[in-house]
Amino acid sequence: MEYAVIFLPLLGSIVTYFAKSIGTLFSQIFSCSMIFLSAVLSCFIFYEGIINKTYGNYLIFEWINSGNFIVNWSINIDPLSSIMIVIVTSVSALVHIYSVGYMSKDPHKPRFMSYLSLFTFSMLCLVVSDNFLQLFFGWEGVGLCSYLLIGFWFKRETANNAAIKAFLVNRVGDFGLAIGIFLIFLFFGTVNFNEVFLLVPEFTQTNFNFFGGEFNIITLICVFLFIGAMGKSAQFFLHTWLPDAMEGPTPVSALIHAATMVTAGVFLIVKCSPIFEYSQFALNLIAIIGMITAIFAASIALVQNDIKKIIAYSTCSQLGYMFFATGVGAYHIAMFHLFTHAFFKALLFLGAGSVIHAFHDEQDITKMGGVWKKIPYTMILMLIGTLALTGFPFLSGFYSKDAIIEFAYLKNSVTGNYVSSVGILTAFLTAIYSWRLFFKTFFGDYNNKTIPINKTHESPLIMIIPLIILAIGALIAGYIFKELFIGNTSSFWGDSILFLEFIKLENIPLWLILITPVLILIAIPISYYLFIINKNILEGVKNSNLPLYKFLLNKWYIDDIYNYIFIEPLKKLGLFFWKKGDLNTIDRYGPDGISKLIKFISNKAVQFQSGYIYDYAFVMLIGLSALITYLILN
Amino acid sequence: MDFPILSAIIFLPFLGALFIFLSGHKDENKSAIYIALFTSIANFLLTLFLWQSFDKSYSGFQFIEEKNWISGFIKFKLGIDGISTLFIVLTAFITPICIVSCINSVKKRLNEFLIAILILETFILGVFCSLDLIVFYLFFEAGLIPMFLIIGVWGGPRRIYSAYKFFLFTLLGSVLMLAAIIFIYWSIGTTDYTEIYKIKIPQEYQYILWLAFFSSFAVKTPMWPVHTWLPDAHVEAPTAGSVILAAILLKMAGYGFIRFSLGMFPIASDFFTPLVFTLSIIAIIYTSLVALMQEDLKKLIAYSSVAHMGFVTLGIFTFNKQGIEGSMFQMISHGIISAALFLCVGVLYDRTSSRMIKNFGGVVNYLPNFSFIFIIFVLGALGLPGTTGFVGEFLVLIGAFKSNYLVAILASTGVVLCAAYMLWMAKRVVFGDTNKTTISSLKDINYLESSVLIILCLATIIFGFYPEPLLNTMDVSVTGIINNHNNELAIKLTNNN
Repeated sequence: MEYAVIFLPLLGSIVTYFAKSIGTLFSQIFSCSMIFLSAVLSCFIFYEGIINKTYGNYLIFEWINSGNFIVNWSINIDPLSSIMIVIVTSVSALVHIYSVGYMSKDPHKPRFMSYLSLFTFSMLCLVVSDNFLQLFFGWEGVGLCSYLLIGFWFKRETANNAAIKAFLVNRVGDFGLAIGIFLIFLFFGTVNFNEVFLLVPEFTQTNFNFFGGEFNIITLICVFLFIGAMGKSAQFFLHTWLPDAMEGPTPVSALIHAATMVTAGVFLIVKCSPIFEYSQFALNLIAIIGMITAIFAASIALVQNDIKKIIAYSTCSQLGYMFFATGVGAYHIAMFHLFTHAFFKALLFLGAGSVIHAFHDEQDITKMGGVWKKIPYTMILMLIGTLALTGFPFLSGFYSKDAIIEFAYLKNSVTGNYVSSVGILTAFLTAIYSWRLFFKTFFGDYNNKTIPINKTHESPLIMIIPLIILAIGALIAGYIFKELFIGNTSSFWGDSILFLEFIKLENIPLWLILITPVLILIAIPISYYLFIINKNILEGVKNSNLPLYKFLLNKWYIDDIYNYIFIEPLKKLGLFFWKKGDLNTIDRYGPDGISKLIKFISNKAVQFQSGYIYDYAFVMLIGLSALITYLILN
Repeated sequence: MDFPILSAIIFLPFLGALFIFLSGHKDENKSAIYIALFTSIANFLLTLFLWQSFDKSYSGFQFIEEKNWISGFIKFKLGIDGISTLFIVLTAFITPICIVSCINSVKKRLNEFLIAILILETFILGVFCSLDLIVFYLFFEAGLIPMFLIIGVWGGPRRIYSAYKFFLFTLLGSVLMLAAIIFIYWSIGTTDYTEIYKIKIPQEYQYILWLAFFSSFAVKTPMWPVHTWLPDAHVEAPTAGSVILAAILLKMAGYGFIRFSLGMFPIASDFFTPLVFTLSIIAIIYTSLVALMQEDLKKLIAYSSVAHMGFVTLGIFTFNKQGIEGSMFQMISHGIISAALFLCVGVLYDRTSSRMIKNFGGVVNYLPNFSFIFIIFVLGALGLPGTTGFVGEFLVLIGAFKSNYLVAILASTGVVLCAAYMLWMAKRVVFGDTNKTTISSLKDINYLESSVLIILCLATIIFGFYPEPLLNTMDVSVTGIINNHNNELAIKLTNNN
């Protein structure tokens, strides 16, 4: 059964790709059914795990065996991976079904379905790995699929550029992850998770001379692993690819860039909690980067106009929440937020897809509005998603997000306090930008000049049904699974997460419980007033703070900075090495130089042989006199 | 085993060449192709049989054949171990592929071209089998001649310049190696590798001899800064020539490093490690950046070859299991992937007579099957896990990290750069929209082309997921080399104390 869960998507992918000739209908049915089956089986595994604790490790075969470097392909089912496979396969199944409707007019549907299935397979490989190398395989594999899917509409120049950018920025992260793995192998002599985790406590005092400084080995490993996680999860510094990745089809954004792949970084850190727990420095770093990302992305989301980009920045920001949760040691809550986030963010993206569909591929929210009567189902579903995202009381986002803030506060450390206050502020910003998106899209005046309002239409049933399922998840998943994931008495996680010091969520001050929901509730009328009723106030604010507005609109100018300090200089350097180094130095003084020299000498030598006897006699005379002079002088 | 299987493997292609020469059909090109194909495939099967019957648990040389050649001076001695076996199989695997690729692309003097290729195969196989330094040298240098002709006769417009550059560079290094071999004969009295291995070369001579061998291998690898012949040679060479050059000829140098530099001069190898590391790192970063800016597809792949071979030299001189096995694996992987990439460029060149990146774009719209396969090899080249490229690169880096973390980290940046130039190239060639008639009139790959590429593709993926057969074959031999190296160093240490 475990094998089936992993390999059915692969089978689906391969068959779908090569069965193009059989017909698109077959390929769609086949890939959807494979994923659906896999999702059902994974739910079963998850359930079995909770009830009977049927966790275990299933070997597939040996991958690399070189000296003491031994790595296996295997399937490792533990509480952590069982919950991940449920998220991955179920969201994937819904997205597959949705895609059948969304991509119905695309000529390359089988290819699209195949990539989606391949992505699912890679992601499953990542989460069920029992060693760092297979994780790395999945890690790069999902990166590849993300590359392929972002660039799916390969005729678009922007899509191709976004795809390359995503792959390269991820590669930078992977570079960090690879170095982390090298360090682990160097010190522990193994890359198997369990073996490494057993050895970690013995190395807490070991130092390593790295670039001239003495560093604690555990801290060093953690920092490099975190760089990997930053790349994949689009944390500050390495986040630039995620907004651009919205060039891909919307189902891709929902599956890869919201629910699953981008959470791989969080998964990595939770999985490696037995290492991270021993490095307070690394945890603080994670908390701070997470905090910066959360507020930074939320601030940009406030002013963007592309419906998908807003949600992308929102994802970035929510990932920041998950990271600072892990940074304060709340791994289980981070996982819980990951779980609930998968529902409501996939819902929002697919909902946005439905809106885009309604507007015939229009993504700019300033060109929407007033259509809620035309697309009521989409509106209601988006409303549920928005409420869940903002953390409206008793919806799923409420339980997980508040738990993070509360945990950070209870941690009672400097970082903890910082993080919890930033968390509250970000929650408020989240509410503002979410409602901005919602109101501007569905309410107010109809602003689209190219498409008349009666041409907008509700999506077909095949797109609405997956949305409804996700909406149910967004409504109740938090309430149902709260006890299991973050209950004070829950023993669900077992050994899969290590807490050196477990903080129970109790004795929370009343003001803390109330502050976030209150802020969120206040945000609704405020945004309605600002974005619908009286837009002039905002215009005034915008005009009086134009530099700040521009700063936010241009995403803090980070893309431009990177372009200026990395990409252009590297290209120049490449050109310099080629033209000046290879052609003008090595070749000029090397082979070409030598052949020129030889030609030159032989030309001169030819001139000596003039054929006139007096020339030779003259040379002889000079030689003779030189010889005699030499002898005399000696 | 009484049957001289190694000699058979070496000289079978030569026989085929002779046959083509004698049969001499001028116009009926087909028969020559069939003969060449038949001999090379038969040879490949023979090498598979050799691989099968090779004893993987024995670290010494097997299938040894010994004949007096110039009596009392040179013995014609052949033998293989786990390291050479893999290269022999690789050579015999790539040659038929080259021959198939000739069918459409070589327009003139096909018979002679096939003769050159088959003779080249003989020489290359000889390099990997010979256990006598003189025999090794002869094969090593003789290989230059057919390659020189392939570039010089069937090459592009600047073929003469490239051919001479190739010849000069490689010959220059080899002269020093010849001097070193003669010196070894004088001082030890034999050129038999197994004897030298036992007697050991005195420490004080090792350094200068190592440098002499190094100069030859470094040019062939090619290492920075003697790499500039490679892009030129590739650009001018016909497709089959590029394939052999990249896939096998470069590997002779890597093989030479492992077999001779490490085997005969362990102390000097240790001493010069920093030099090799520095040059390898420069090769990886420098040529990756140069590759980024190339406008000619073949030049780009040629520069990426230099970078990949940088990983190989880096891995060899780590003197640990992962490093050397990684290097070996990287060489085989590069043999498959670069061969395939050059074939892909050949496919485009046959159709458009152009290799300039700017003339392409949007190829996927009209050649979907080709693009699919091409992208797989691009991904293999950039070391995506699940392809052979990853296994080699990762093992090299892990080995390098053990011996010097700084070097490993610098080399890892090459992995990022490699992704950059490969994907950028893929984007400009394969993706995008196009309305150029030069592209839209193209036909997708035919059965012949696709079958060859699919074979290479399967090899890349299968050994990427399951590298065990390759790693297993070389395992014991690599351990032997490392142990020898460590013993020598230990002896040197005790002598110094």
